Order: sequence, then C-alpha cells, then structure tokens
Amino acid sequence: MSALEVAGLTKDFRKLRAVDDVAFELQPGRITALVGESGSGKSTVARVIARLYEPTAGSVRFEGRDATSRARRHDVLRYRSQVQMIFQDPFGSLNPVKTVAHHIERPLRIHRIVPRSQVKARVQELLETVGLVPPEQIAPKYPHELSGGQRQRVAIARALAVEPSVVLADEPTSMLDVSIRIGVLNLMLKLKEERGLTFLYVTHDLASARYVADDMLVMYAGQIVEQGPTEQVLQNPLHPYTRLLLSAVPDAGRSREAFARAPRRVADATVGCRFVARCPLAIDLCRREAPTLEEAHPSQSARCHVTAPRSWQASA
Amino acid sequence: MTGVLEGEMQELRRQATDALVELRDLVVDYAAPEGRVRAVDHVSLEIRPGEIVGLAGESGCGKTTVANAIMQILRPPARVTGGRILFQGEDLIGRSSEDLRRYRWRNVSMVFQSAMNALNPVMRVGDQFVDMMRAHERIPRRDALARAEELLELVGIDGRRVRAYPHELSGGMRQRVIIAMALALRPELVIMDEPTTALDVVVQREILQEVDALKRELGFAVLFITHDLSLLLEFADRIGIMYAGELVETAPARGFAEEALHPYTLGLLRSFPPVTGPLERMKGIPGTPPDLAKPPSGCRFHPRCPHCLPEDAPLHARQTQERPVLREVGAGHRVACHLVEAGTS
Repeated sequence: MSALEVAGLTKDFRKLRAVDDVAFELQPGRITALVGESGSGKSTVARVIARLYEPTAGSVRFEGRDATSRARRHDVLRYRSQVQMIFQDPFGSLNPVKTVAHHIERPLRIHRIVPRSQVKARVQELLETVGLVPPEQIAPKYPHELSGGQRQRVAIARALAVEPSVVLADEPTSMLDVSIRIGVLNLMLKLKEERGLTFLYVTHDLASARYVADDMLVMYAGQIVEQGPTEQVLQNPLHPYTRLLLSAVPDAGRSREAFARAPRRVADATVGCRFVARCPLAIDLCRREAPTLEEAHPSQSARCHVTAPRSWQASA
Repeated sequence: MTGVLEGEMQELRRQATDALVELRDLVVDYAAPEGRVRAVDHVSLEIRPGEIVGLAGESGCGKTTVANAIMQILRPPARVTGGRILFQGEDLIGRSSEDLRRYRWRNVSMVFQSAMNALNPVMRVGDQFVDMMRAHERIPRRDALARAEELLELVGIDGRRVRAYPHELSGGMRQRVIIAMALALRPELVIMDEPTTALDVVVQREILQEVDALKRELGFAVLFITHDLSLLLEFADRIGIMYAGELVETAPARGFAEEALHPYTLGLLRSFPPVTGPLERMKGIPGTPPDLAKPPSGCRFHPRCPHCLPEDAPLHARQTQERPVLREVGAGHRVACHLVEAGTS
C-alpha cells in the first residue's frame, strides 16, 4: 500500500492553473523527488498535500482516507501530525525571539507525544538525531545564533517531533551553502533508512534528487511529464524537458567550448503539448493535440508524442 | 635556491602582464564591539582584460568583501587597512570621491546578490536605464532610451520592454535587465556576486551563456562570486578559492577538478553529487567556518582538515602554529597548504 496517494489534483489561482490533474503515489520508506523549474507547480503540489492550500479538484488520500477539506476534524489532526512539511527558508520558518528548545517542545506538548516530564529529554534526543550536538548547548540558542544549515536542522527536528510518517521537503537545501547541503541530504537518507520515513523531496536540482531519491516525478507547466525510478529516468530520460533539465546541471566534464546555446525560454503553448515551443523533437501532432502520460517502459512514463507515443503500449 | 629564484622570476613576469585589476596583499578589517574582525587577509589576485575569474567559498569567507573593495563601496565598519587595489596599474586607494564616482559603473560595474529585487517597482525599466546613464554622462533622454532598448536586445529581451514595469517581468528577465544595466557604460570589469543563486538551473544556465557570449562580443572581464564551485568549473577561465578571509588556492579552470590540491578545495569539489557516473555517499566538509573574530592559529582550515593528524608530529605542529603561504605548484596554480609543501619539496 502506498503511504500517500494523490489523484486528479488540480489547483487554480484565479485564472492560472498552477497544478493540472496531477496523480502519483508515495511508496512507504522511499524518497520521491518532485523536480521542475520555478513556476512548474511543484511547490504548490507539496503545499496542497500539507493542507496549506485547498485543492480546486482531486484528492489526497492518506492511510486510505481522504485528507482534503471533506475530512473529519479528528482525521485532520491525525493527518497534520503524520504529514509534516519542511520549508525552503529556515530563517523565515523559525520564530526569531524563541529558543531552539521552544520550537521543538511546542509540537511535543500540543500533540502530547510524550509525558510532560520527558519533554526535555525528547528535545535532546531529537537534536542529536538531526546532528545538532552537543544538544544541551544548542537548545538554549536563538535562531540568529545558528548557521543556515543548523537552522534547517532545527526545522527538521521540529518536523520529526510529532513522529510523522511522511515528510514534505520543499527545496530544503536551496538556501544553504553548497558545502553543507550534502549534510542535510545525508540526514534525509539516514531518516529514511533508520526510521522508514517517506519523503517527497521538491527541488530543481537534479543532481541532489539523484543523490537521495528512489523515484522521480518531473513537472512542467503544472503537469507531470515524466515519472519512474530515479536512475532509470536520468540514464534514459524520455521527455525532452527532462533532457533539458539534465543538460542544465553544471558538469565539470563538459568543456568550456561546449558551453553555448540552449533553447531560450518562451511562452508555453495553449493548444497541443505545452512544451512544444522549446522542444527540439516536436512534430506536427504536438501542435494540435496534448499528449497524455503513457507508460513507455515498465514503471517509466512520459507525456510525449514522440518518445512515448500512445500506440507504444498497443504495439509492445 | 633555484626554486626561490624561479618563483621570483614568475612573480616578475606576472607583474609585467598588464592586469586590469590587481589586488596586492589586500586587507579589509571590520571594526566590531568584540574587536577587529579581519574579513580579507592579505589577498593577492589579478584580473586580466576579458577574463572570467571565479571566486568561490562558503558564506562569510570574504569573497563579497573583496568584490566591494574592488567596487570601492566598502562602508564603515569595514575599512581597507592594508595592501593596494590597482586598476589599470593605478592605485584606487586615496582617490577623490568624485574620481571614484566616475570609476564606479563606468570602469567597474556590479550585479548584486538578488539583484532582481534591486529594480524600482514603480518605475518603468527604461526610465531606470535613463536615470542611471544620465547620472554618469551627458546624454539626451531620447538617446539614452534608445541605448536601453539596444541593451535589452543584447541580453535577449524584446527592446519594447523598456516600457514594462519590473513586476511584469519574470525573475530571470529582471536579472537580465540588471546585467544589461551593468553593461550600459561599457565597463572593463563586471563584478557578479551570486547573480544566479535565486534562479533555477535552466534559467541560470541561459544567463551564464548570455554573459559568456556578451563577454566575447564586448570584451569586458568578469569577477564571478559564488558558493557553488560547480558553476565555475565550466564557466570561468580562472578560479580562486577563499577560506576564512584568505585565498587558499588559485588555478586555471581547465583541469581544475583534477588538479586541485588544497584539502578545502577538494572538500568543496566533493560537496555536489554528480548527475552522471557512479554515485557514492558523500561527506561534504565537516564542521563550520571559523569565527573571524577568533580565527584558529596556524592554518585556518586545520580544525576541519582531514589531513591534520597528531600522528605526524612535525607536520601537525606546522599546521596548527604556522600560517601557510601561497606557493606556485604549476603553471598559474598556487596553493597555501603545509601538506602540499611537505609533499612537493
């Protein structure tokens, strides 16, 4: 059974459709990366799952129950403790006048995770788990006394306090120095391996997605355009957009001379495939008809007339 | 002995090349309540005409302070307390403020961190160009506006967008507008301080490619400052690595990943996972950069250095007590590390 299931998810902001009929499952104890560029709708998906936004249509199911607005109050509370979110800006998400200990104690008390007498001990345990040592020195500090990486670890400890089974991590490393990003990524891997946590890792960085994620979802203009096991998608990307993202990752292996020309960003098409104006593979059909997400290889799907045509399944 | 002579010869040869900007033992101190904080500590660096020099290091290593010093926009409590900053061979320190006002933007311009938020939200893009140009030269409004259109076209934006307000442009386009403004007075050097950090990878690549193409066309030099060394490997001609206020390694970008020697540089290189090839669990760089108010003794990197071990007592003593100096180890490749010195001598 999946840990969390999203079906037909659509979110409109006034006239703009930010998320368009998105469906996927998070497998328990695995990290799923949701990748795409700014404005692709990836953060909106995470925020709808976290119940920060109401979906316009579609459902989010957790433990077999609907977790969107129609859910009962009791179910909502349980959902909120089971599905936690970590944000991009670790400074903005911490209260500047409260200590580290305060941030982690609060959810422990509100959700009555441990008896009052054990709160202090649990705070120390959580700080140790996220690598903030020695915990007794970190606990009384204020957010401004910590580095960016340490702040993000506090945010992670706070999310873990309520013992969630699913963590939604929205670009948790993009505001950190490159040198400390790897530490946060390793922490996600450790939590997955030691506690069986399920992650949705939202990012535009394919290299870090490859480093942590078992499965990958690629979003473009509000839709999922490719999905499959991470290595398979990156070794053999089907959608031209996935290929474009891959080519944009800095790579020491590429020569200085090869550093030229990439298709220029243009307005997305309203008829046919949304990627058609940037696509090097486009054929006539792409301008007329929107492609659907088709399984081209076992467990790997893409939304592309050329690399994953609908007839593929029929002929295979 | 011959080694020393050779080193001096190379030093002389380096001085003989006509550098655009040359930092000689630059020192910048911040006056802080707890005492003096040395943000830039005897940094010597050279930027030649038309060259892209990348400067990388973690937050607080002094790279932005170096940029601000070259741009001559350091404000108290920061102050240049030692060394020289030469522009086309002439010292900037001690020049009149009117002189420096003309130097800024005309000779050296700067694209700041999150510059895309630097545009005035209630002013049309074109008017902001006109204001900036007319602050520096006598130019009729109409001509300035025409030049603004040309500049926008140059960075890949429709010239008619001079009439747009900033909020009508995407983040990537606003960043391009800022780059166009930085080029408006045809400066010899454009300093870019984390210009693409807030942008996603595809837009980042487009902008870097544009800068590269413009540089070839217009011939300006670039000082590119970032915490992301992976960007520089492809984009820069030469790379400098800063740690705790010091320049610890500098080398040509070509072959940098293979030839780098300083343990800190190697740590930075091992901080970003590869997108192709074998994948293994990475460690990054353990620990955090030092507090510059109380820097560690000896090599500033020694508390985090994986090769600073008490077993090798003589080396350990040097690492913890003696400051390493930058030494030439190959063509244009200089490193400040006791370990490298011990290994090569």
